Amino acid sequence: MAKILLEMKNITKTFPGVKALDNVNFQVEEGEIHALVGENGAGKSTLMNVLSGIYPYGTYEGDIIYEGETCRFNTIRDSEAKGIVIIHQELALVPEMSIGENMYLGNERGKKAFIDWGTTYAEADRYLKMVGLSESSKTLVREIGTGKQQLVEIAKALAKNARLLILDEPTSSLNEEDSRALLDLMLGFKKRGMTMIIISHKLNEVSYVADKITVVRDGSTIETIDNHDHNIDEDRIIRGMVGREITNRFPKRENVKIGEINMEVDHWTVHHPLYPERKVVDDVSLYVRKGEVVGIYGLMGAGRTELAMSIFGQSYGTLTGGTLKLDGKEVRLKKSPRDAIRHKIAYVTEDRKGNGLVLSQSIKINTSLANLDSLASGTVIDKDKEYQVAEEYREKLSIKTPSVEQLVGNLSGGNQQKVLLAKWMYAEPDILILDEPTRGIDVGAKYEIYCIINDLAAAGKSVIMISSELPEVLGMSDRIYIMNASKIIGEMKASEASQESIMAEILKSGRGA
Amino acid sequence: MKNNPALEFAKKNMMVIALVIVVIFFSISTGGKILYAQNINNLISQNGYVFILATGMLLCILTGGNIDLSVGSVVCFVGAVGAVMMERNIPFIAAVLVMLVVGMLIGMFQGFWIAWISVPPFIATLAGMYAFRGFSNVVLQGFTISVENKAFLDIFGGGATCYIPDFLHGGDFNITCMLAGIILVGLYICITVGGWLKSRKKGLTDKVQTSEILRLAAVSALFLWIFYKLANYKGIPTVLIWIGLILVLYGYITKYTAIGRYFYAVGGNEKATRLSGVNTKLVYFIAYANMGLLAGLAGILTIARQANAQPTFGQGYEMDAIAACFIGGASAYGGVGKVTGMIIGAVLMGVINQGMSIMGISTNYQRAVKGVVLLVAVLVDILSKKEKA
Repeated sequence: MAKILLEMKNITKTFPGVKALDNVNFQVEEGEIHALVGENGAGKSTLMNVLSGIYPYGTYEGDIIYEGETCRFNTIRDSEAKGIVIIHQELALVPEMSIGENMYLGNERGKKAFIDWGTTYAEADRYLKMVGLSESSKTLVREIGTGKQQLVEIAKALAKNARLLILDEPTSSLNEEDSRALLDLMLGFKKRGMTMIIISHKLNEVSYVADKITVVRDGSTIETIDNHDHNIDEDRIIRGMVGREITNRFPKRENVKIGEINMEVDHWTVHHPLYPERKVVDDVSLYVRKGEVVGIYGLMGAGRTELAMSIFGQSYGTLTGGTLKLDGKEVRLKKSPRDAIRHKIAYVTEDRKGNGLVLSQSIKINTSLANLDSLASGTVIDKDKEYQVAEEYREKLSIKTPSVEQLVGNLSGGNQQKVLLAKWMYAEPDILILDEPTRGIDVGAKYEIYCIINDLAAAGKSVIMISSELPEVLGMSDRIYIMNASKIIGEMKASEASQESIMAEILKSGRGA
Repeated sequence: MKNNPALEFAKKNMMVIALVIVVIFFSISTGGKILYAQNINNLISQNGYVFILATGMLLCILTGGNIDLSVGSVVCFVGAVGAVMMERNIPFIAAVLVMLVVGMLIGMFQGFWIAWISVPPFIATLAGMYAFRGFSNVVLQGFTISVENKAFLDIFGGGATCYIPDFLHGGDFNITCMLAGIILVGLYICITVGGWLKSRKKGLTDKVQTSEILRLAAVSALFLWIFYKLANYKGIPTVLIWIGLILVLYGYITKYTAIGRYFYAVGGNEKATRLSGVNTKLVYFIAYANMGLLAGLAGILTIARQANAQPTFGQGYEMDAIAACFIGGASAYGGVGKVTGMIIGAVLMGVINQGMSIMGISTNYQRAVKGVVLLVAVLVDILSKKEKA
């Protein structure tokens, strides 16, 4: 048996209100490629952030043992000094700098007051050759494609003398060809004795490169599967990923009365706002009926958020085709969220802190923000009425706070999410698009949010719930659309769908592409 | 750690406490001179422009820490235009209207680039700062033009008669002034208490906080004292009426109107606000158009006070306005800040200036002290927030 290079023992990491990692144990042998798989939010990235010192020693419990000694990393620099280098999913390159400058950013060659550019570029060129890039290291990063940028990231890691390389979703933004090249590069490194950890959603890739596969679920490591023969059955991994039992995690839907079609989207196509040649939503058609909860399942980056935001007054991307029908009549919304709100559509964002709430303001002010007109006679706000409205929703959604004057930034994630819902419920929409409505909140608050969703549907609203949590989609929806790579690839009745059938659908389309 | 109520109070009213300490300090070091009626009068008259400009600046800062560097130059330019018009015997009302409109047009011009073309405010207004300083010189042809229109000077607080006359002829004691003060404070108390009663009737709040009552009493007493002092001097300076009108109006706008709310929301989270159906670009535009309008008013007050227009007027005004906002607790990232805080910031700077002038400290040191005060005020703000996180 090979030597154990890294061992993470009993790692527990808590965020306010959420236990992200719960007593995790994880071992990596020297010279292997070890894959970490699991659903979004399972805790893979958190685990790697603990390892690389992004969450410094002391903010988590447990031990990291690397090359036989216990490590206490306080910054990324500490872990990098030991040869542990992480490459994040989002590329961290400065577009306006050359490849060489990027590779040695923060790690400059030469003396403190004098950067030796000759050495920098010569060394950079050497590492670029190792990753199979023929570009000069003086090329600006913005001039090369994402596939090559990913390789530059790897070259950058090599330049730091990496012994343990961690790749977080390295192929998520690459096409098939580039992905394959990258995986082969990894296999090449392995032959030279490098140890690697790869996080990926693409199980076919995992099966292709990984020697061992560790499944993470709900903040715990579930099992480690041996894959030395590189022929593991993907269903075997899926079972591990989704294998939890569902017992009353979702409230029962009562008095389900599904009415007529309320909103219909036909052949909806949206292009990326910055790269107009990229289609982010490709010929999508869907509909939702009154009183119905429709789930849209897809992994991150499948185009779900882009679809929702483009329906919501084209607040994302450029709409290049498609029609929107409300109550059977075709409607052309202006390029403004205001127009969408006027047509009784609400979009509850997945990014409550970035796009949803004004954290520096009170619950009251956030609740009224999307429908201030109804509180303002002319232009003057009726402050008493505003207070009453905020109180009403605080009670209705049981937002836990001493007062509605409390700043939203001081609330827990679950309560913030409720404030966000309150804001959009007060806008009195007929159609609610909820984007990851339970992301980053604990189980109890999730249940309460589910109840609110059911109440909304029972009141005759149409609810579209976007989620990357399969059990949630299955437990809450009447009907499910499956989205992958900008397209709707399947539609199922919830009663006929299962976790395996949905996952299989996605994998099928992934192979076909 | 437990929340100490005294500590909480101190944190919330940091700048008020600082102001009180500064006033006490100067009272002692100037032998009480700073509290003379004449000095209080001067404090108001000399700093009129700061209050007006800082009000406009506050709205810009609220939208995201954006500032307007051009206001000093705009003040000068608008003043130059008005002075030239009045010199040519154009009726002063026309001149005043033109000055306000020109100010607002300049603001709209800059606001257009900022809001719709996304030119960074710093750059758009830096350009304006250079350009309108230049245009001022062109309009004045490098000379000082005196303003002699009596009605204009009377209304906007210049010359010898820039006080509200005492209609009640109290001799040495200006009864009109004192009466006005009493009426204003009475109104203030009525409105505040009325508000309490109303919300209690609707069952919105159960109890009026002691701190609220204390604040009402303190503010009322302070105002009565100021009017008493002014009554002992020459009465209400005309410029105080303009300052008062603007502060009350904008205090109201920021607190009670939808557009006022949007300034905070845009600064707090622009994306969330846009997705809530608010036209955020229009909000930026309005902030800068309004800044121009108020710069126009400040220009009017400036040439009235000096009774002339010079190509150097308004230099550094933008910095005074910005400093007043930040000292008054506005966040450099936007979304946080109040008109009342800004007033305290402006007064604090004014008191420090005046106190040091009375003590005979050179203007160079005054500037250095101003700089230190600004840094300390912002530091306190940042550190007190860090503690919370």
